[in-house]
Amino acid sequence: MNSKPRKSPRNARSRAQLRELQRLMSSALFRPLTAGSGMQKRWMDGRKMSEVAAQFIKPNDRLTSFERLEIYNRQYWFRILDCFYDDYPGLRAVLGGRKFEKLAKAYLAQFPSASFTLRNLGGRLEKFLREDSSWTAPRSELALDMARFEWAQIVAFDGAALPPVTPDDLLDSPPGKLRLGLQPHLTLLALDFPVDDFSIAIKKRDALRAEASNAMDAAPKAARLKKVSLPKREKVFVAVHRCDNTLYYKRLAAEAFEILTAIRAGKTVRRACENAFRSSRKTAPEIGAQIQDWFQNWSSLGWFCKPRKRP
Amino acid sequence: MPANAFNNYTDYGIGIGLRVPHYRHILEKKPVVDWFEIISENFMCDGGRPLEVLDQILEQYRVVQHGVSMYFGNADKPDREHLKRLKALVKRTQTPWLSDHLCWGSVDGRYTHDLLPMPYTFAAAKVTAEKIRLVRDFVEVPVCVENVSSYAEFHASEMTEWEFLSEVAELADCGILLDVNNIYVSSKNHGFDPYDYLNNVPHHRVGQIHIAGHSKFKKYILDTHDHPVLDPVWKMYAHAIKLCGKTATLLEWDDRIPSFDEVHNEALKANKFVHELETAKVSA
Repeated sequence: MNSKPRKSPRNARSRAQLRELQRLMSSALFRPLTAGSGMQKRWMDGRKMSEVAAQFIKPNDRLTSFERLEIYNRQYWFRILDCFYDDYPGLRAVLGGRKFEKLAKAYLAQFPSASFTLRNLGGRLEKFLREDSSWTAPRSELALDMARFEWAQIVAFDGAALPPVTPDDLLDSPPGKLRLGLQPHLTLLALDFPVDDFSIAIKKRDALRAEASNAMDAAPKAARLKKVSLPKREKVFVAVHRCDNTLYYKRLAAEAFEILTAIRAGKTVRRACENAFRSSRKTAPEIGAQIQDWFQNWSSLGWFCKPRKRP
Repeated sequence: MPANAFNNYTDYGIGIGLRVPHYRHILEKKPVVDWFEIISENFMCDGGRPLEVLDQILEQYRVVQHGVSMYFGNADKPDREHLKRLKALVKRTQTPWLSDHLCWGSVDGRYTHDLLPMPYTFAAAKVTAEKIRLVRDFVEVPVCVENVSSYAEFHASEMTEWEFLSEVAELADCGILLDVNNIYVSSKNHGFDPYDYLNNVPHHRVGQIHIAGHSKFKKYILDTHDHPVLDPVWKMYAHAIKLCGKTATLLEWDDRIPSFDEVHNEALKANKFVHELETAKVSA
């Protein structure tokens, strides 16, 4: 985010002046709110914000320039925080409300939305968390897993689905030469925590809460305070995908994860399978049967599509 | 003037916004509705449930696209990828016209996701009109530009909001989506007579009308779309159709959304004013 203090153009008599005015106002909007959800009292260069606002916003008989600009500053932050809360309920449960709020504000201040749709708001959260774990310490690894898992759900919800490959597509391709693509809406995750189970537990708890609050004026305190235990460290492999336009998570065996990851990376089917089972103690017939079973399942889920052409 | 070039010579009657809480009701009960307005951006995705629902709706209903992120008033040029997605959706929905707002909302690739007011200057009108023309030529359907509700005004402004809207519409040769609730909200926030606004826009360019509810605060009014339409707005609506003729009308209800029937019944109240207008015409 460009934090350079902007001049305060009083005119918009050219495209350049219009741009400067828009840069100034958006810079004001992107600045985080105070603890009391108000606009910051000082501009980036130390000037009073009321003076900066008065230079380009007209006051009226009820509101100062500062107050009028503050309406937009507040709307901006309320809107994007609301969206972020909706997209990351699991991460909120991992961190707790207060810490999650601090993280959300820090992330959104560093990475304002760069897309016409709020759907992409969390698109750079993984990068942000990897670069600075202080917002999530001491649960940084768990928080990172949860953030990746929740972003994968957004991708699975409305990501692209390409035509699945058919048996006919594969007829003339021996496994040694066969390359496949994976659906863009499918995300493969190697996780250090079983956040899929944790996420389901959170959803169940919230659904119970909603039922309780519908049945009476206020949800019982005990229900409101009920905590879901955080997951213990355990390596799991998960595919997040959609089938018939419904979102699913599917646990994968380590070898299955390795095969799919290799296929996505452009390896041939044979190479992907050989590598995945290179240190396996299973017999060749057992491995063959297992691979056949998996591929049938993945095909029935429509995970395979034609590979992207290499540049 | 039920149909004009700006709504592609259609006569669409009273519609409501297509919203997620109503999907099941609409798909299962198939209520009779003149038309639905969709938020384009909700369906400018690559796949999944949103497009599946849209296709089911399109099998049974007339749909018009309404956008919230074209930002005609941005100083920046439009994003080509965005335009391509919009055009793909236009082909899918066969929308007879599409609308978006007379506002700006992003600069240097960073988005506010808000409908921010314009400085009402001739230069800004020219920039805005150029973009409307570009979008219309790209998507190949008529475009109506909607007045927004606002909470701030700029020192830079050289004219009133309705003069600015008229200037833009004339320069772009585009239609107007006249939001009477937004006029009411802005009139209270900025202290002008909303009927001056209604009386002074080019009525022959109005292709669609929006009505909605708002929320009153101590020092200003917010355009919240979470209430029924208030009486002063209905009165303005009656005046607007007197000036513009019977026009495709849509109720916006976007927050604290009640049942489908409640929203639809609220929208259908507009018919009372349409009938009064038609009766008055016959009597005259």
